[in-house]
Amino acid sequence: MASITLEKLVKRYDKVEAVHGIDLEIADGEFVVLVGPSGCGKSTTLRMIAGLEEISGGELRIGDEIVNERAPKQRNIAMVFQNYAIYPHMTVRENIGFGLYTSSLSKDEKNARIEETGRILGLTDYLDRRPAALSGGQRQRVAIGRAMVRNPSAFLFDEPLSNLDAQLRAQMRIEIKKLHQDLKTTTVYVTHDQIEAMTMADRIVVMKDGYILQTGTPVDLYENPADVFTARFIGTPSMNMIPMAALAGKAGLPDHDPDILVGVRPHDLIVNAPKEGAILTISGQVEACEPLGPETMVHMRVDGEPVIATLPGNVAPPVGSIVECSVETGKLYLFDAKTEKGLGRK
Amino acid sequence: MTDTDRQEALSRYRIKIQPGRILIWTLLFIGGIVMITPLLFMFSTSLKPASDVYDLRLIPAHPTLSNYVAVLTSTGFVRWFFNSMLVAVSVTCSNVFFDSLVGYTLAKFRFRGRRFIFLAILSTLMIPTEMLVIPWYLMSANFGWLDTYWGIMFPGMMTGFGTFLMRQFFEGVPDDFMEAARVDGMNEFVIWWKIAMPLVAPALSALAIFTFLGNWTAFFWPLIVTTSSELYTLPVGLSSFAVEAAIQWEMIMTGAALATIPTLLVFLLFQRYIVRGVMLAGVKG
Ligand SMILES: Nc1ncnc2c1ncn2[C@@H]1O[C@H](COP(=O)(O)OP(=O)(O)O)[C@@H](O)[C@H]1O
Ligand SMILES: [Mg+2]
Repeated sequence: MASITLEKLVKRYDKVEAVHGIDLEIADGEFVVLVGPSGCGKSTTLRMIAGLEEISGGELRIGDEIVNERAPKQRNIAMVFQNYAIYPHMTVRENIGFGLYTSSLSKDEKNARIEETGRILGLTDYLDRRPAALSGGQRQRVAIGRAMVRNPSAFLFDEPLSNLDAQLRAQMRIEIKKLHQDLKTTTVYVTHDQIEAMTMADRIVVMKDGYILQTGTPVDLYENPADVFTARFIGTPSMNMIPMAALAGKAGLPDHDPDILVGVRPHDLIVNAPKEGAILTISGQVEACEPLGPETMVHMRVDGEPVIATLPGNVAPPVGSIVECSVETGKLYLFDAKTEKGLGRK
Repeated sequence: MTDTDRQEALSRYRIKIQPGRILIWTLLFIGGIVMITPLLFMFSTSLKPASDVYDLRLIPAHPTLSNYVAVLTSTGFVRWFFNSMLVAVSVTCSNVFFDSLVGYTLAKFRFRGRRFIFLAILSTLMIPTEMLVIPWYLMSANFGWLDTYWGIMFPGMMTGFGTFLMRQFFEGVPDDFMEAARVDGMNEFVIWWKIAMPLVAPALSALAIFTFLGNWTAFFWPLIVTTSSELYTLPVGLSSFAVEAAIQWEMIMTGAALATIPTLLVFLLFQRYIVRGVMLAGVKG
C-alpha cells in the first residue's frame, strides 16, 4: 500500500493540453473518486498514474518514490478497465492467475491465492468457465480479481461499472466499497456518475476541462460547493440556479445584486411549506410532476426560469396551477454570476 | 391475425419467392457442377489403366489401383510430397509468426516511420509475381540459393498480404487488453504471444490456410529455382510426368489426387479454429 502524490501533473497530446498541471495528494488507504463530465481528463490522469500514458510535466510519486519514468509493471499498481479487458480465451482461473504471471510465488501458493480471490468475489463456482459463459457483473468481478490477486499498492478503476445495468451497478458499488473496507488498499476510481462518486468516495475530486475544481468529502462538496459547476454536478436533481433578477420583489433577500446567482437544491425547496423561518418564498406555474413515491418532484417556471421543487407525499398539483414554495434560512447558495465562484450560503 | 390467416400469408409468401429460389438453386447447382467435374475426372482417371485414359466415361470401365502403386513406388512422388510438405509447413509457420509480429507492431505501436513502412508493405501487393521472378532468380544465383530448399522458400517467408491482413485484425483488438497485461507486468513479447495472438485466431487460421494452400500448389517459382528432381515440389514433380516421355495423364491424376489429401486435412483442421475464433471474437470485452 502506498500514498500517491500528483504535483503539477501535465499531459499534452501533440499541441493540445488535456491535463493542466493538477495537484492531488492521495493518502495511503484512501478511496478517491475522480469525477467530471466526459472528456475532462479523468482517464488521462488515471492512465498517467498507471504508467500507460507518458507524463508531459510535473511529478508523480507513489509512496516516496518519483515514478514518472517507471514502466507500469514497476509501479505495482493494478487497473480495472471499463470493458473488463478479461481475456476471452482463458478460463476465470487463468484470467485471475494472469495477474500473478510475473510473481515468484510457487504454483501452490499461486493456486491458493487464486482460490482465495475467487472466494472473496463469489466466483468459486465459475473458476473453470470462460468469460463467454459469465454475466456482465461476473466478468467485472473477474477483472477485479485479476487486480486483487497481486496485492498491489494501489487499485485504479476507470469507469468499471458503466457497462452494467442500473441494478447491477448499484450492487457492484457496494461490493467494491466493501472490498476496499476489507483490503484498505489505496484506490483511485474514475467515473462520470456523481452518484457513484457520492456513494463510494472517501474523497471526491471534481474535474472539468483538465483542471481540478474542488476536492473534498462527499458531504463537504454537497454542502459547500466551490462553484456553479460543482454545485450542479453533485446531487440529483441538479441544484436550481436562479438569477437574482428573477427573484426581485419575491424574496426576503436583503440585497438584490443582479450579478448574483441563487442556488437552491430541489430537496430544500419545499412546496406549500410553512413560511416562518423561510428565507425565500417563490411561486411558479407547474409544468410537470414526477411522483417518486415518498415525494414528488415538481417542475415549474419562476419568472421564466426553470425550477424544480419537492412536494412531500405523492399528491401532484395539477399542471398549470400556481404553487408556492419556500426555502429555510441557510439553504441558499450564492454564486458570482460572472466568475461562477461560490459566495457562501444564506 | 388468426392461424389460418397466417398460414395463408405464409403460403402466399412462399409462392412468391419460388422463382427467385429456383434461379438461385440453379445457378448454385451449375456452379457446383463446374467446380466438381474436374475433381471427379481426376479421381476417375486415377483409377483407369493407361489405355483407358481417353475413354471419357466418368465411371472407369476397368477400375484399378495400379496407378497408385506405381506413383508411390516407382516415381519420386514420396520425396516430392515430403519436399512440398517441408516447404509449405515452413513457409506457413514463418508467415504466421512474422506477418503477425510485424502486423501487430504496425497496429499497436506508435513510432516514427510507421505510416511509411505500412505504405511500403502495401505497395508490394501491387507488384505481380511474374515481375519478381527475375530479381528473385538473380538474388538466388548470387547468394548460391539456386536448387536449395531455402531458394524455394525465401520469397514467401513473409508476405505483404499476410502482414496487411494481420495488421487489420490487430487494429480491431481493443487496447485495453494489452494495457491490462502491461499493468500486470507482462513484457511486450508475452503480451503479443499470449494475449494478442489468441484474440486474432480466426485471422491466423485464415492466413495459415491460404499460405499453406498457396505454397502446396505453387508451381512457377519452384519450377524455376529447382533443377535436380530430388528438390522438386509436388506440382513440379507431377508436371515432369508430362515431359519425360509422353503425357502420362493417369500418373498425373493419381499424383494430384494424392496431393489433395493434405489440403483437405489442413482445411478440416483449421476450419474448426475459424469457427471457434469467430465465436470468441463475439464475446464482449
Ligand atoms: N490519444 C489522445 N490523443 C489526443 N487527445 C486525446 C487522447 N486521449 C485523450 N485525449 C483528449 O484528452 C481529453 C481528456 O480525455 P480523457 O482523459 O479520456 O477524458 P475522460 O474524463 O472522459 O476520461 C479529451 O479532450 C480527449 O479528447
Ligand atoms: Mg474516460
